[in-house]
Amino acid sequence: MLILHCPYCGVDADETELHAGGEAHVKRYGPGSSDAEFESYLFVRENPKGVHFERWRHANGCGKWFHAARCTSTLEVFGTYSAQTTEPPQEIKDKISAKRPGWSWREFA
Amino acid sequence: MKRYSAFAIAREGLRQHTGWERAWASPEPKSSYDVIIVGAGGHGLATAYYLGKNFGITNVAILEKGWLGGGNTGRNTTIIRSNYLQDSSAAIYEKARSLYETMSQDLNYNVMFSPRGVMMLAQTQHEIRGYQRTAHANALQGVSTEFIGPEQVKKLVPIINIDGPRYPVLGALWQPRGGTARHDAVAWGYARACSDMGMHVIQKCEVTGIRREGDKVVGVDTNRGAIDCNKLGVVVAGHSGQLADMAGFRLPLESVALQALVSEPIKPCMDVVVMANTVHGYMSQSDKGEMVIGGGTDSFNNFTQRGSFHHIEETVRALVETFPMISRLKMLRQWGGIVDVTGDRSPILSKTPVDGMFVNCGWGTGGFKAIPGSGWGFAELIAKGDSPLCDEFSMFRFREGKFIDESVAAGVAH
Ligand SMILES: Cc1cc2nc3c(=O)[nH]c(=O)nc-3n(C[C@H](O)[C@H](O)[C@H](O)COP(=O)(O)OP(=O)(O)OC[C@H]3O[C@@H](n4cnc5c(N)ncnc54)[C@H](O)[C@@H]3O)c2cc1C
Ligand SMILES: [Zn+2]
Repeated sequence: MLILHCPYCGVDADETELHAGGEAHVKRYGPGSSDAEFESYLFVRENPKGVHFERWRHANGCGKWFHAARCTSTLEVFGTYSAQTTEPPQEIKDKISAKRPGWSWREFA
Repeated sequence: MKRYSAFAIAREGLRQHTGWERAWASPEPKSSYDVIIVGAGGHGLATAYYLGKNFGITNVAILEKGWLGGGNTGRNTTIIRSNYLQDSSAAIYEKARSLYETMSQDLNYNVMFSPRGVMMLAQTQHEIRGYQRTAHANALQGVSTEFIGPEQVKKLVPIINIDGPRYPVLGALWQPRGGTARHDAVAWGYARACSDMGMHVIQKCEVTGIRREGDKVVGVDTNRGAIDCNKLGVVVAGHSGQLADMAGFRLPLESVALQALVSEPIKPCMDVVVMANTVHGYMSQSDKGEMVIGGGTDSFNNFTQRGSFHHIEETVRALVETFPMISRLKMLRQWGGIVDVTGDRSPILSKTPVDGMFVNCGWGTGGFKAIPGSGWGFAELIAKGDSPLCDEFSMFRFREGKFIDESVAAGVAH
């Protein structure tokens, strides 16, 4: 059972209290974008076996969206952070580097 | 290869079963093959089999990082049906279902195909309309299904509670020639036939890199050394994203855990497969007597082959309401498999941006039923460069918006 810490209300929420929102930091494309850009925004995913960044919503709690950094092969949680950012905070990246030296995910490492 | 037959059993019975030969060889990898298939699940093995059988291509290796059928092929609940909504789905799933009918004879290996009938319950007005629409579509596609009323449901499945408090059974989509098969036997039967054609089925051989020259694939790196090939077919289900990454492109899919469980064995009580998609549970009885139960998928990316516990509770709760007599059954085992799910819930059988490399993936929660049809079409795609069964399932359909949208047709797609 996955337990994530909601950075807004401070609750350690069980996954039944949460709603998974898919890959984080996806670049959104709007009118005038190419087919390939829309495809990458809507459908193409990193799907890593290892370090991953996701959006989650504390649906049956405070209702807020937030981000989580997780390992998909061990379910270890590296940390959660605010939704109001376009990249993982340095502190989370450092935590991951300590546990998974050499990790990379899209343009982040 | 010595053929299996009633006579062979009698002969071996008389000499203490000393004459059985190994079902397939375990050769060392050669330095090069015409075609390498990565992944010895059902789809990879079926692809290799039809490459040999239909196109005479037998200089083939099937590389498997674990053991034969140890992925989703050996972990699924074995439901076989072809009552899909879209024409391209009906074509490939019905091709597969019809090949299952004769697979045991074709492979000389008993895959225990049991066309006992698959019933998908309608428990809301919306579902009634949806399944009636599917039944009409199936009539046009030449897939034999019908929409039946609650009395007929009760007649076919006496243990069902048709007037449950929350979701009474209002009818069902019934496919009489759907059913189940022995999943391991499908993998083993194909492996034996491939080995018999001289192909190399190589277990404990993990592909760790894909080698290319310019835009063209030229081989793979493995934990047992580099192996060259002219063409590469990647058929690794949940790990497709990793293999695509090795080749330098991304795929429109995500990997999640789907789980199943079985009960202690009980006397025969249900001889059809029942799927209840609104309450989300499905169940059949194995030949050993265990009730085989399919659960839900996790909502997040996951490679742990376990699945979250709360899904078991939800599934079992739904099934106890539908089949009150199972309320005291003990559950024996639970497990998970990593399924690769696409945006339109349909598979990908496709060329890739890398010349000579093909992918067969995205079968998600429901690809066991498709194994022979998928192998048939994918072998053609690899051998000839295009295949009528696969054309619509290109990985590039997402760019063009040409979805094969089965997610609207059924909430669950096992
Ligand atoms: C719990 C559960 C229930 C299901 N129920 C049904 C059902 O009732 N009906 C139905 O039709 N479908 C069902 N499915 C779906 C079905 O099991 C799959 O769609 C199907 O088995 C996929 O077969 P495959 O050959 O593509 O993949 P797999 O059988 O998973 O084979 C892929 C193989 O690739 C290997 N591999 C991965 N990476 C590498 C590498 N780097 N190098 C070498 N080898 C590698 C893996 O070890 C694996 O053996 C279910 C799935 C699950 C998990
Ligand atoms: Zn909260």
